[in-house]
Amino acid sequence: MELIWQGIREAFGLIFGFDAEIWRISLLSLRISGTATFISLLLGVSAGTALALTRFPGRRVLVSLVNTGMGLPPVVVGLFVSIFLWRNGPLGALGLLYTPTAMIIAQSVIATPIVTGISLAAVQQLPPKLRLQILALGATRWQMVRLLLREARLPLLAAVMAGFGGVISEVGASIMVGGNIKGSTRVLTTATVMETGRGNFDVAIALSVILLLLTFAVNYLLTRIQQAERPR
Amino acid sequence: MSTGVAILEVRDFRIRRGGAEVLNLPSIAVAPGETLALIGPNGAGKSTLLLGLSGIEPPSAGELLFRGARVPAGAAALDYRRRVAMVFQEPLLFDTTVFENVATGLRLRRFPKEELGRRVAESLERFRIGHLAGRSARTLSGGEAQRASIARAMAVAPEILLLDEPFAALDPPAREALLEDLAHTLHETGTTTVFATHDRAEAQRLADRVAVLDCGRLRQIGTAEEVLRRPADSFVASFVGVENLLPVTLTAAGEGGAFIGRLEGGKSVAGIAAPDCALLAVGGAAPGMRVGSEGLICVRPEDVVVAAGGTGAAPDGENRLQGLVAAVVPQGPFLKVSIDCGLRVVAAVSGHVARAHALEPGSAVTVVLRPADLYVIPRG
Repeated sequence: MELIWQGIREAFGLIFGFDAEIWRISLLSLRISGTATFISLLLGVSAGTALALTRFPGRRVLVSLVNTGMGLPPVVVGLFVSIFLWRNGPLGALGLLYTPTAMIIAQSVIATPIVTGISLAAVQQLPPKLRLQILALGATRWQMVRLLLREARLPLLAAVMAGFGGVISEVGASIMVGGNIKGSTRVLTTATVMETGRGNFDVAIALSVILLLLTFAVNYLLTRIQQAERPR
Repeated sequence: MSTGVAILEVRDFRIRRGGAEVLNLPSIAVAPGETLALIGPNGAGKSTLLLGLSGIEPPSAGELLFRGARVPAGAAALDYRRRVAMVFQEPLLFDTTVFENVATGLRLRRFPKEELGRRVAESLERFRIGHLAGRSARTLSGGEAQRASIARAMAVAPEILLLDEPFAALDPPAREALLEDLAHTLHETGTTTVFATHDRAEAQRLADRVAVLDCGRLRQIGTAEEVLRRPADSFVASFVGVENLLPVTLTAAGEGGAFIGRLEGGKSVAGIAAPDCALLAVGGAAPGMRVGSEGLICVRPEDVVVAAGGTGAAPDGENRLQGLVAAVVPQGPFLKVSIDCGLRVVAAVSGHVARAHALEPGSAVTVVLRPADLYVIPRG
């Protein structure tokens, strides 16, 4: 117990002592996972909406794949992104392995099925006749999609939270494609793994507490937006 | 209906779903300012036709014409769709304020702010929900929500209004009040309207003409009076509440489409001779019916006059049948009296008449049928 308290004290010391390395790691975590979440929103909301609104042969298989993808193991993603970005891999020429960009790619791959799956469910749970009603009010196809997404905004914010939560906490893929390079690709999760391995439990606990606070802060902000949207 | 003046017309209009043809209509035309009611049982194709008329569901064959011009399919139908508004049975309001809901169609058309505010306020007032403008749509009662839904449709000042059973989910007072406000609005704005309903009273109240659909086919179209009193066939007759369908053989032709017919299939009841030999004068018959044709006499229960005693004092020329009251059952504002005349005849009488004639099971009565109220349709 003493170890944990010590770690927590250390965490606040690091945060409020404005430890430059800790702040850099935290901001990099936020930047990488934030960017990955943003990319997964662009891809996932579009794909989820398209899957919810269209019918075509093989759709069920695709939806099952998306649902499976929601539980995609990060190490598997890390492995395949590594293979693609490897020096001799298909995208090796880009020289992206062990860069923050590689981590953004891997995290986007992890978050996109999560956002897709929740967006699909969000749009599908709207009354089926709502689409017809919107068209009957004189909407173009795009206006209809926009109104449907506005109508599903609360579950869509849940998709943002789930996507962000999935990648900010992820370590396997980040370490595989990022390499935990100090000053370049070290983020909160990879640093925690490293410090634990070294037996620096107090620092590891401090990093974990910062990770939790960061996740809480982002989700609190999103929840505020979500619940404020709720009409009285 | 002359096709030259139709605002809306379908020709050889077919819609297929899941490989089955769910709608097949040779031709229906709606005149500007007209209100057409679509009636028919569940699955008759009323909602499908409304979706087809809205331009949302393109026909698999045939065409939809707006003021004589063919409505294109797909994105090109937008111009037409923006002249039409549709209201469904469910209010389908958005999760925002009543004001924003009613403003939706205008926002989609990018109306300037002031014009939008004016139109929304006008539409809200028209349907008496101005005081709810700032409320969340989720907090409305069923009646208020459906008012908001209709106000939303009317805010865009549609040239054509389509209503898919808009009153079906409302309780009777809310339905009655909304029906009145809608009838007033339609009269005032002259909006061409097509609405689907189960309720023939609604159809009678709002519609200039009534179309009866069954299994995706048009069974009859005409004024409410025509459809209710001169149904095209026994399906339409039973759907529009013609409860008496008496088997008859036409024996002689009279003037102006009138006939004399002999009732059939009756049996004698307690002291009353079978009506097999009864000859009735009928005011009209379906096209194609002639002397020798077998048919069914259609009489609405409210057209059957019941008088106490075995000898009704009916003026000459009216048909009289003797019978015994078999049952008296309350039905809405009337009493439904079943009379065994050898054939069963159902009459709808007011409580006042029932008391005056002491109508109760077993009492002997005279049934009076005016020839003008009798119409013969083919059997089967």
